[in-house]
Amino acid sequence: MIKGMSIVTVWVLDQDRAKEFYTEKLGFEVRTDMSIGGDGEGGGMRWLTVGAKDQPDVQLTLMVPSSPGLDPESAEALRTLVAKGVLGAGVFTTDDIHRDYEALKAKGVEFVQEPQERPYGTEALFRDDSGNWFSFTQPREEMDFSKPWDGCVSD
Amino acid sequence: MGHDSIGPMVTSPDEARLAHLRRLRLAKDVMDRDWAEPLDLEAVAAHAGYSRYHFIRAFKGAYGSTPGQYLTRRRIERAEELLRSANLSVTEICSLVGFSSLGTFSTSFKKQTGLTPSAYRDRYVGRAAGVIPGCYAMLWYGGRDAPAIRSQARAAAAGGPAAGGAAAGGAEDSNS
Repeated sequence: MIKGMSIVTVWVLDQDRAKEFYTEKLGFEVRTDMSIGGDGEGGGMRWLTVGAKDQPDVQLTLMVPSSPGLDPESAEALRTLVAKGVLGAGVFTTDDIHRDYEALKAKGVEFVQEPQERPYGTEALFRDDSGNWFSFTQPREEMDFSKPWDGCVSD
Repeated sequence: MGHDSIGPMVTSPDEARLAHLRRLRLAKDVMDRDWAEPLDLEAVAAHAGYSRYHFIRAFKGAYGSTPGQYLTRRRIERAEELLRSANLSVTEICSLVGFSSLGTFSTSFKKQTGLTPSAYRDRYVGRAAGVIPGCYAMLWYGGRDAPAIRSQARAAAAGGPAAGGAAAGGAEDSNS
C-alpha cells in the first residue's frame, strides 16, 4: 500500500543557483548534496534535494536536464520548457501568505500573481530562478464559493 | 521586481538560447500579471530587452501567438470568469479586463467563445459555475490559439482595429 509522496523532481537549469534560491529565498533546508558516478563533464549525477523545515518527510530533488541521464535532444527540450516558464511544479502552503508574500518579494522572488482570494484559500503565484511556476497558498478551512476560481497561469 | 532582465552570464549557444527564452518569459509574465492594465507593446517588449518588432517575432516563435493575441486571450478568459461569477455589468467587466472599447471587447469575446458576453452570461446564470479551478481551465485553453480563433484573428487584423488596446492592436497590425 502506498504510504505517501516523499520525493518530487523539479527540473532546474543550474543546481548551484537553484540551491541558493531554494535555501536563501524560500528558506528550505538542504537534505542531500552529493555526486554519484564520478565528478566532471558527462561523469556523474549530482543528487541535490531540499525540503521545507517543517516537513521532514517530503523533499524536492533539483535535477538538471543533461547527459548522461538524458539524450541531448530530450535535455534541450526540457531546458526549453523550463526557460519558457511552461512547467508548473506544484503548490506550496503557508500559514500567513501576506507576510510571506512581502518577505519573498523583498528577496527578489518573481511573483506572477499577488495574493488573491480563491474558494480554497488565498493564493499567489511565483517562479523559481529557473522559470518553474509554483502556486503559493494559504488554505481556507472550508471552501468559500463566493470567491472566484481564476488566477493561475498555465505557461 | 527584484530580478535582472538579462539573466546569468552567457557562455555557450545553449545558454544564449535559454537566456533569450527567459527574456521572452519575463515579458510574458508582465502580461499575465498586469493584464488588466492598459499595456503598451513597447513597454512589454522593453521587459524582454528587445525592440518591438523583434519581440513580436520572437514571442510568436516561442509561444505560438503574437503578444497581442496572447494578451487578448488572457483578458477574455478573465471576462468569462467574471461573467460567470461576478455581479457586474458587461460594460464594467469590459473595462475591468483592460478593453477600452465595448465594441472591440464584444467582438473579441465572440471570436474566442462563440457567444456575445450577454449570451454567455445567460447560458451560465443559475448553473453551478466555477467547479474547475482557473489554472486548469487555462491549461485547457492551451498555449496556442485554436485554428478557428487564428483564422478569425487574421480576419480581424485585416478588417480593422484589433482587440485588446494598444498592445494587441500593435501586435496584430504588425502581423497582418
